[in-house]
Amino acid sequence: MATAAKTPVTEAGQSANRGSWPLWEVFVRSARGLSHVHAGSLHAPDAEMAVRNARDLYTRRNEGVSLWVVPASAIVASDPDAKGAFFESPQGKDYRHAMYYKKSEGVKHL
Amino acid sequence: MATQTDARELHAVPSEEDQAGQAYFDRIIAEDSRIEPSDWMPEAYRKTLVRQISQHAHSEIIGMQPEANFITRAPSLKRKAILMAKVQDEAGHGLYLYSAAETLGTPREELFDQLLTGRAKYSSIFNYPALTWADMGAIGWLVDGAAIVNQVPLCRASYGPYGRAMVRICKEESFHQRQGFEILLELANGTPAQKQMAQDAINRFYAPALMMFGPNDDASPNSQQSMRWNIKRFSNDELRQRFVGMIQEQVKVLGLTLPDDKIRFNEETGQWEHGELDWNEFYEVLKGRGPCNAQRMERRREAHENGAWVREAASAYAAKQAQKAQVA
Repeated sequence: MATAAKTPVTEAGQSANRGSWPLWEVFVRSARGLSHVHAGSLHAPDAEMAVRNARDLYTRRNEGVSLWVVPASAIVASDPDAKGAFFESPQGKDYRHAMYYKKSEGVKHL
Repeated sequence: MATQTDARELHAVPSEEDQAGQAYFDRIIAEDSRIEPSDWMPEAYRKTLVRQISQHAHSEIIGMQPEANFITRAPSLKRKAILMAKVQDEAGHGLYLYSAAETLGTPREELFDQLLTGRAKYSSIFNYPALTWADMGAIGWLVDGAAIVNQVPLCRASYGPYGRAMVRICKEESFHQRQGFEILLELANGTPAQKQMAQDAINRFYAPALMMFGPNDDASPNSQQSMRWNIKRFSNDELRQRFVGMIQEQVKVLGLTLPDDKIRFNEETGQWEHGELDWNEFYEVLKGRGPCNAQRMERRREAHENGAWVREAASAYAAKQAQKAQVA
């Protein structure tokens, strides 16, 4: 099901041979206690430069307390062409959500 | 990517895959949802986006020049620091946009090349000279102001990576506009000569700023398609009129005037009206015959060439470190 090819990031990354500077995806943790969230991408010759460039590009206004940079080519994504089949299993399974259960409406702290 | 595109264009009859893709694409657009890079999209949509996003990126990069020229001439250390931060932001905006354009399959090198060889365009506004310190104010207030009015609806553009880049850019632009307004406000409250300098800057930047929204609607055939694709949300004239309504009010706070005695609110249409713009000048500048086109391009090529050794050194260092790590 999973495929490393055809992801948007590597699509761009593989074709971008800027003197072989790879594409890096940047993730920023905006505050302690929160997850790193994808912020964007950049080109850099190595990991150290990628982290420095990510700081200059994505945290000029204290947007982050921590950065991750990941080679775009290392990201494995679900197959975009199989989105329906791959994700349909939860459909029709509303009972996985609290909202499904109506009889307890009005009961406090439930 | 190029070979894929060519192959697709040769198909006289759309393949089954393309038909399914088109149906999916149409549904996403009809639902006002977002297209993401791995989705099927019509070639014309892809081309339009690459052109628009890369032109936008080039504009940010070329747009660094008029203000960078004033960093050494800023009237105080505070102003110098602010201007440097603003120019750094423009570089950042260019990079966000190049990244977004790249997700459509055009490599960064190719985009750079299009700019450096003059095949790609950038906003005509940056081909006007910045003559005085007051121009830093007029650029911030009018040029960045017009850019914001243009860009806020682009945050909802149907192409996901473009919209996300625009959200980030819009957050940062508001500082640019306010700092420009403040420069003009201080000059307007200064000596008569300073006030005149501010007025002169507004007089020169008013019409070129209005032209930033592009040709009149009846002369902008591509706009209709862009609006059907939910890339553009409002027409050029709608946005321009909205902008005129904003600045005619703001200029009163400055105690200055706009160089246009035709500005009035039309009660019937509910729109702001302004004087006729010199579209001849617009097309001349676009064709490369503006006051600063040659200078801007020369400076950009020079910067790119002068930076070559840095890029080469960084690549060489990375290669050497990678080799060392392999040996160890």
